[in-house]
Amino acid sequence: MKVRLKGTMKLGRSTYRFKSNVAISDCFTVVGKKEGQGPLSIYFDMVIEDEYAGQKSWELAEGKLLNIAITKLVQRAGEKPDNIDLILSGDLLNQLSSSHFAARDLDIPFIGIYGACSTFALSVGLASLFVDSGFAKNVIAATSSHFCSAEKQFRYPLELGTQRPPTSQWTVTGAAAFLIKQEDSSQSPKITHFTVGRILDFGIKDPNNMGAAMAPAAFDTIMRHFSDTKRSFDYYDMIITGDLGYVGRKLLDELFKKEGIRFSSELFDCGILMFDPETQNTGAGASGCAASACVFGGYLYKLLRERTFEKILIVPTGALMSQSTALLGESIPVIAHALAIEIV
Amino acid sequence: MFEFKILHKGAMEKMEYLKAFLVGGLICVVGQILIDKTKLTSARVLVLFVTLGAILQGFGIYQKLVEFAGAGATVPLPGFGYSLAKGAIEEVSKVGFVGAFTGGVSRTAGGISAAVFFGYVISLIFNPRSK
Repeated sequence: MKVRLKGTMKLGRSTYRFKSNVAISDCFTVVGKKEGQGPLSIYFDMVIEDEYAGQKSWELAEGKLLNIAITKLVQRAGEKPDNIDLILSGDLLNQLSSSHFAARDLDIPFIGIYGACSTFALSVGLASLFVDSGFAKNVIAATSSHFCSAEKQFRYPLELGTQRPPTSQWTVTGAAAFLIKQEDSSQSPKITHFTVGRILDFGIKDPNNMGAAMAPAAFDTIMRHFSDTKRSFDYYDMIITGDLGYVGRKLLDELFKKEGIRFSSELFDCGILMFDPETQNTGAGASGCAASACVFGGYLYKLLRERTFEKILIVPTGALMSQSTALLGESIPVIAHALAIEIV
Repeated sequence: MFEFKILHKGAMEKMEYLKAFLVGGLICVVGQILIDKTKLTSARVLVLFVTLGAILQGFGIYQKLVEFAGAGATVPLPGFGYSLAKGAIEEVSKVGFVGAFTGGVSRTAGGISAAVFFGYVISLIFNPRSK
């Protein structure tokens, strides 16, 4: 049976094309102190210097950031919370703690999703499906991460004061929320395609080297996006991966080179854009759900609105390990989802 | 003659500091290289160092390093392994086989209790934050 929603069309194995004007109507980004000192500082909507955000734990602090991003977005969009049909949100913590903390006093229908650092694309992509099908009018896609809560859960508690190896990436403290709705004006960037990734695993076990683990997933999803959509590599003004960082980015370049693929569009990485490694001591770059979400929401979204770019493909990647699988010595399953965001 | 003696004693003390600094520093250099060049996590380096200190002392080698460098050898992590092994060996010679299980922990009890006590006190006073 061929499933066909009202507007959505499936292309190839894994790409969904939205026929109606599914737009990112507005977005709100909030980041921590270190992100607020980075090269993109002027683009974020809000910087919260206190890493506890006035809360008593990092998990609550991360939930607070996410809550701020969502409520400020609803306020700025001039919507009433009652008019928001659905929140799709995810983060890195066990049982999506910060998303659940953030949503517990919002009184808006809620779906929690997990895609590790690919959550941004997953939440926006799924929100677009809800909107394009006509089931929902206003959907909020949101995600967050916090350096301290992520270190505590995935690596070591900060109290231990361990040294970070040079390949390790710095989890972004921040949250971003996006309002997805149908909008005909050409002002707002439209989500035109959503390519769902597949789980890959190349046997990398080092949780301090996630960039290398995730690069093949980004490669796979980018290739599948182009084969599904029959678009050429030069179609996009910019192709931007999520949080491969310097190590993963280098590996991705090598993968393209090995396949003999060259393209004129620029290849960027949100994990590289977020920090200045020279002055900020951030190792191989940024990571975390908020890396791609805040770089897109803060920076790229504005560039799209100003028409500096008109067509971008954003491919956030996720390393899907847990602290128990790491202790079991299991390798890291990885995934990447792609969103085509265009001015049409 | 008297003055010369004092001068000499001062120079000897300085040599002690230098030796402690060099040996302690070298042990840390090994740890740094392991973190930078291998995939070993800091926790594994930590366990490796303690085990290594114990094994070296089992062969009586670490004792010589302690005599040479003092705190430069006892303060870094292999020094903890050294104390465990030394305590176990000494206790075995006093009370027999059971000493292998009691000696190491007895000898290091001060360090362990201090770590627990001060860790607890510090956690009451301070909140952790990122560097």
